[in-house]
Amino acid sequence: MNLLFGRTISLQLRLSVAVVLSVLLIFGDRYTQGGTLVRTSLHTLVSPLLYFANVPYEIFDIGAKSLHTRDQLRQENNLLKEKQLLQSEQLQQLAFLKKENQELRALLNASARQSNTRLIAQVLSVHSNPYSHQVVVNRGTIDGITEGQAVIDEMGVVGQLAQVGTTTSRVLLMTDITHATPVRILRNDVRTVIEGIGKINSLKLSHVPHSLDVRIGDVLVTSGLGGVFPEGYPVAVVTNINRDEGLPFAQVYAEPVAQLDRIRLLVVLGKSAQETLSND
Amino acid sequence: MIKRSYFLVALSIFFALVMALMPLPISAEPFRPDWVLLVLMYWSLAVPHRVNIGWAWITGLVIDLAMGSPLGVNSLTYSVCIYITVSNFQKIRNFSIWQQAVLIGLFLTLYHLLQFWLNHFLLDIYFSPHYLWPAFTGMLCWPWIFLLLRKYRRQFRIR
Repeated sequence: MNLLFGRTISLQLRLSVAVVLSVLLIFGDRYTQGGTLVRTSLHTLVSPLLYFANVPYEIFDIGAKSLHTRDQLRQENNLLKEKQLLQSEQLQQLAFLKKENQELRALLNASARQSNTRLIAQVLSVHSNPYSHQVVVNRGTIDGITEGQAVIDEMGVVGQLAQVGTTTSRVLLMTDITHATPVRILRNDVRTVIEGIGKINSLKLSHVPHSLDVRIGDVLVTSGLGGVFPEGYPVAVVTNINRDEGLPFAQVYAEPVAQLDRIRLLVVLGKSAQETLSND
Repeated sequence: MIKRSYFLVALSIFFALVMALMPLPISAEPFRPDWVLLVLMYWSLAVPHRVNIGWAWITGLVIDLAMGSPLGVNSLTYSVCIYITVSNFQKIRNFSIWQQAVLIGLFLTLYHLLQFWLNHFLLDIYFSPHYLWPAFTGMLCWPWIFLLLRKYRRQFRIR
């Protein structure tokens, strides 16, 4: 057994090399942007690990599903059918309204609304960095998604794609402390920006003047500014307003519409679908 | 023979990685011990001429990528912790298991403070004492990990 380090590189040297490399990595990661090839391939490298770690959850999930009784399934099926009937009725209206809206916009010489491509993604149940809010989804560059695409669920906005690998990618939730979303108040169209404060059920409106017309219960929808989130998706509902004149801005807090702590299926919104609209 | 022992060490680290990434009930999440660091610490005490800072750095990088933390943070903190255990392995080996556990708990606390400090600069987080729970649970887990991995090492004659 060779326990003497004399014949190999000394520990101190190894530590210094490791520290220097780590610091280079930290700064390199912090001060470069975008989905570079290096980042994508590094992210791809750990995808198998993520899929493997997700296996136990999937097994439990399948087990739980196979324990459903026939009655439960039938009940659920009936409920879903009713829901679909109601929604398809609304959809018929939507097609008509959409066409009308398009014609009215054409009359006003306004630009046509863009429609988005959509892709359904499933959240992989893996543990993420406890200091930030993010989830992993089972889609990547082979499904044609890129960094910065908006992600929503059935209720409202969830976040945006932060890192994209070949088969998995990371969604930065809008409650993360580094995330901000341009929104407007649905009631009176006032534009503002809402940012995460690191709590899963709370967001804060930034730089709100005391005189701003905002009330508890106001719905905030994406404003479409900034180019990441398409216009009109619900983001949050105002829950708490503190107009303390001693502070430079009013403190306005809102609760996300999407239930961010129990997301499972998500929709990734594509960016460029102008051609499809102009073709119809 | 040497290649085989490296493979076996890598296998144990792989399982620790899976344990670290596996979802837990949300109430148990703050108490999840740092499985990967504990396993690395065991190997650095048992076979310090094979597993030391290089392994720690690479494993830290894999953890960073898999957990989505800023790249390099875990590499740095793992390297520092493993440096401490490797440079004192002869002293630490002579302690009884529970004394070792207390020492490991101290190292884990150092790891979490370093981790917090780096993330404070990179992500603007603020300290809350429950960030230190994993150090405590890791300390309680150490004897079992130690015994399990010692059995594993003796069974497969990793030297």
